[in-house]
Amino acid sequence: MGLTKKFDRPDSGSHIDEHQVMNHEDIRRALIRISHEILEKNKGSLQLVLVGIHTRGVHLAKRIASSISDIEGGDVPSAQLDISLYRDDLRERTRPPVKATNLPVDVQDKRIVLVDDVLFTGRTIRAAMDALLDFGRPEMIQLATLLDRGHRELPIRADFVGKNLPTSRNERVMVRLEEEDGYDEVCILRGQVS
Amino acid sequence: MTSSVPNIRISTEASDHRDVEGKTGRFHVLDLDDFSASEIFEILDDTEGMKEVLARDIKKVPTLRGRVVVTMFYEASTRTRISFEEAGKILSADVINMSSSGSSVDKGESLLNTGLTLQSMGVDAVVIRHPHAGAPNLLARTLKGVSIINAGDGLHAHPTQALLDLFTVREQLGKVAGLKVVIVGDITHSRVARSNMIGFCKLGNQVVLCGPPTLIPEDLKTLNSSEMDTSFLNQVQISTDLDAAIKDADVVMALRIQSERQTAGFVPSIREYIRRWQVTGERMKLANSNCLVMHPGPMNEGIEISTELSHGDQSYISTQVTNGVAVRMTLLYRLLSDHKFVDPDSGLSE
Amino acid sequence: MKPTGYFLIKSGHLIDPAQDWDFRSDILIKDGDITVSGCNIDEDSLEQGFTTIDASGLVVSPGFIDIHAHLREPGFEYKETIASGTKAAAKGGFTTISCMPNTDPPIDNVSVVNFIHDRARADGVVRVLPIGCVTKGRLGKELADMEEMASAGVVAFSDDGDPVYDPLVMQLALSYSGDLQLPISNHCQDHNLSRGGVMAEGRVATRLGLPGIPAAAEEAMIARDIALASVTGGRLHIAHLSTAGSVALVHNALEQGIPVTSEVCPHHLCITDKWVFGNNGTYTETAGPFSYDTSTKVYPPLRSDEDVEALIQGLEKGIIPCIATDHAPHDIASKQVTYEDASFGISVFETALGSLMGLVHSGRLSLSALVERLTTGPAQVLGPKFHKFATLAANTPADIVIFDPDNSWVVDVNEFESKGKNTPLAGCTLKGQVLGTLVKGEIVFQKSDFLLRVEEIG
Repeated sequence: MGLTKKFDRPDSGSHIDEHQVMNHEDIRRALIRISHEILEKNKGSLQLVLVGIHTRGVHLAKRIASSISDIEGGDVPSAQLDISLYRDDLRERTRPPVKATNLPVDVQDKRIVLVDDVLFTGRTIRAAMDALLDFGRPEMIQLATLLDRGHRELPIRADFVGKNLPTSRNERVMVRLEEEDGYDEVCILRGQVS
Repeated sequence: MTSSVPNIRISTEASDHRDVEGKTGRFHVLDLDDFSASEIFEILDDTEGMKEVLARDIKKVPTLRGRVVVTMFYEASTRTRISFEEAGKILSADVINMSSSGSSVDKGESLLNTGLTLQSMGVDAVVIRHPHAGAPNLLARTLKGVSIINAGDGLHAHPTQALLDLFTVREQLGKVAGLKVVIVGDITHSRVARSNMIGFCKLGNQVVLCGPPTLIPEDLKTLNSSEMDTSFLNQVQISTDLDAAIKDADVVMALRIQSERQTAGFVPSIREYIRRWQVTGERMKLANSNCLVMHPGPMNEGIEISTELSHGDQSYISTQVTNGVAVRMTLLYRLLSDHKFVDPDSGLSE
Repeated sequence: MKPTGYFLIKSGHLIDPAQDWDFRSDILIKDGDITVSGCNIDEDSLEQGFTTIDASGLVVSPGFIDIHAHLREPGFEYKETIASGTKAAAKGGFTTISCMPNTDPPIDNVSVVNFIHDRARADGVVRVLPIGCVTKGRLGKELADMEEMASAGVVAFSDDGDPVYDPLVMQLALSYSGDLQLPISNHCQDHNLSRGGVMAEGRVATRLGLPGIPAAAEEAMIARDIALASVTGGRLHIAHLSTAGSVALVHNALEQGIPVTSEVCPHHLCITDKWVFGNNGTYTETAGPFSYDTSTKVYPPLRSDEDVEALIQGLEKGIIPCIATDHAPHDIASKQVTYEDASFGISVFETALGSLMGLVHSGRLSLSALVERLTTGPAQVLGPKFHKFATLAANTPADIVIFDPDNSWVVDVNEFESKGKNTPLAGCTLKGQVLGTLVKGEIVFQKSDFLLRVEEIG
């Protein structure tokens, strides 16, 4: 009740254009490249922990962990982080349900790679770092993201990027993953948004 | 019967208690009757997340930083009050406790004045327990911009207890729909029974209220026969025979029976109460094999529940306490975090 | 425009049950009395100086008589005074009211009776008839000095607010007052059965977790009193009936020739216990901040649809001969508390006609019968001395009410003359409203647009 889906008003005759920018193969290749870059930058997978941010970051973290495993052997632990209790933008954002945070290993002295699907204002990453630091003192925190769409509001940058995607502020980016949505793709939603 | 009462048209609109200064989503927790089944399930899901926070080394998240929660307990209750206090503090809210000392109940006049004073101090939420039914509703109606959470009002409702009971059942049995739930004891004087009855019915379970005939409200005995039926109470049955009611039960909830009821003549003797309505290991054999035994606490061992049963459930009771804190964290979060609620399945990312 | 006491009321729909009148006609008032009535009056034939009131489209009837009201003075002036209460009564169309003795000090001796008379003479705008206590101090033990109070002008006895609890005391009271030919109005409530109760026992009370008052609390005492009346031959009047069972008991007594009179309040004829849930009786499945509305808290409590139906039928068939308001004003502080702490009572004067007209508009009661229950009915209970206040016949006091049976209006408690703003009908739309009230031939209340109808001639 009371919610306004601005872009869904039937009377204004608006319609949403979905414009695909990455397909299944594009995503697969991007993740493989990211996996290689992580290994290169960290000189191997020792002390690495991949922490996915709910919801889709978790699936990406698992895929990257599996990929790293294929490349170098050995197991990189992957974990999940729910940041809804750490958000600072309480008034504007949507509220997904509170999911559990599950860190199967101690973060102390580890190299954490945060994994998310889209990097935008940077606020989610700031909240994720707050959450992570409540669990201990990692040696280093890095950030891997499938998409960087610009418009940062905080001094945050990604170490590993799948694709740079210039967008305008009021466009919407839609990431679909097989584990969650049944198939892989990235789309930009264009349409009447006023 | 509509014709006999002359038609008096209303010209003022009943205000929606949720709609305060553009804030959408729930604003008060007064009883479970205005929760939809889907909202209850969302709360149970969020509580899983909250429970994980309770399992951490550092039990602190910054979510409700800067929010002020005041607990007003006009009835003695250490357990529930501490549960709310802990819930608020883990979420980084500032929790202030007020309790009325002594056994005399403050007159309602000071209840309202106290509430108005808190409102001017910018308090965000008030958690209230009061011996008069409707006291939380009075505050909800009069205070602006303050969320009211009912921690038990007279004989009316105890919604947070019911939510934690629903959560515990789902946690232990894996589901909380299609179950047979038996609530046994002093139904008339139990707000826990009322809220649980509503909660379990809303989620699609069968509820049987069982107890001495003198301790079951008269009109509940004719529940399905008047136009005042509410759609979600149709699955409630009444019984005075525990052995019959407990057959195939999935959950048995024993309510506290106070000795004052015996002195007041509601039951001839406690011995007779025990004979007919005590939850014992023997009786539990008639229930389903993994039937849960619950008790809102504090228990009178050997009275409403046999000594051996109450001891067997020790580990289970501490779960209930943890669940209580987690559920209350969820409610505080949902009421005070000011999120605009949007369908989480819309799949939109930043 | 100054009131002259010399009025010509033209073209009104005259309803006078005492004379069986129900037709369009004129009335002439002079020097406090009705001088000509019930026929067309030719203005040219009249002596100069009269004021015309154009009553076309309006009902003109004897002013209403209320035998059960609380004026709160002496002792509770913050809730109401004789001044504010009588103004409210006038606004409601009541020209004669009886005030109950649960004041402080209670009306149990002559000096308090005289106080009431003095106050009413000085500040009151309608006729005030005091009711004296049955027992000293309303304590239910010793009979008060009934004869002395009767000589000072009390018209009945009651311990209202409480019952006469001891059956022996009640029996003696009925016997003694019967000898004086004055009625005893009993507030029938067995305190043991109603202990702790704050609303009618039933589905709503159970959902709201509020202690209930069973019907038996009222019926048990009514049955007792009827038996005592039968034995003593005293004049028993049962105050504020509220249950179907009570109506049946009264009916049964009448059939056996026991002369019991009784009254019913406007709220018990149109509001049910569902209103406690909030939303003005539109039942919702969920309670909310709007529930536990203390303006619905009253004794006897608002009851079920079945009880309301039985009371309407009882009124319509004449088993219950009169309507009484039980106007019970309270200060805001007494009601802005939890339901259990709130005071019992509803402020009734100013909504009485509007809510009762609902019965006429829905066809349950004829307009004439309604007027009868508000005029001749109460006058019969009070006795022959008061019949002249309940008629439009010539050479009787000009106590008249002029009302519009059809106009819709919204109840705004801020406009109340009464200090008591406590009514569940706040904000409701009612149909039927008093436009002007005259006592002893003088206008004691007029609605602002009523002035347009009043025109000085000559």
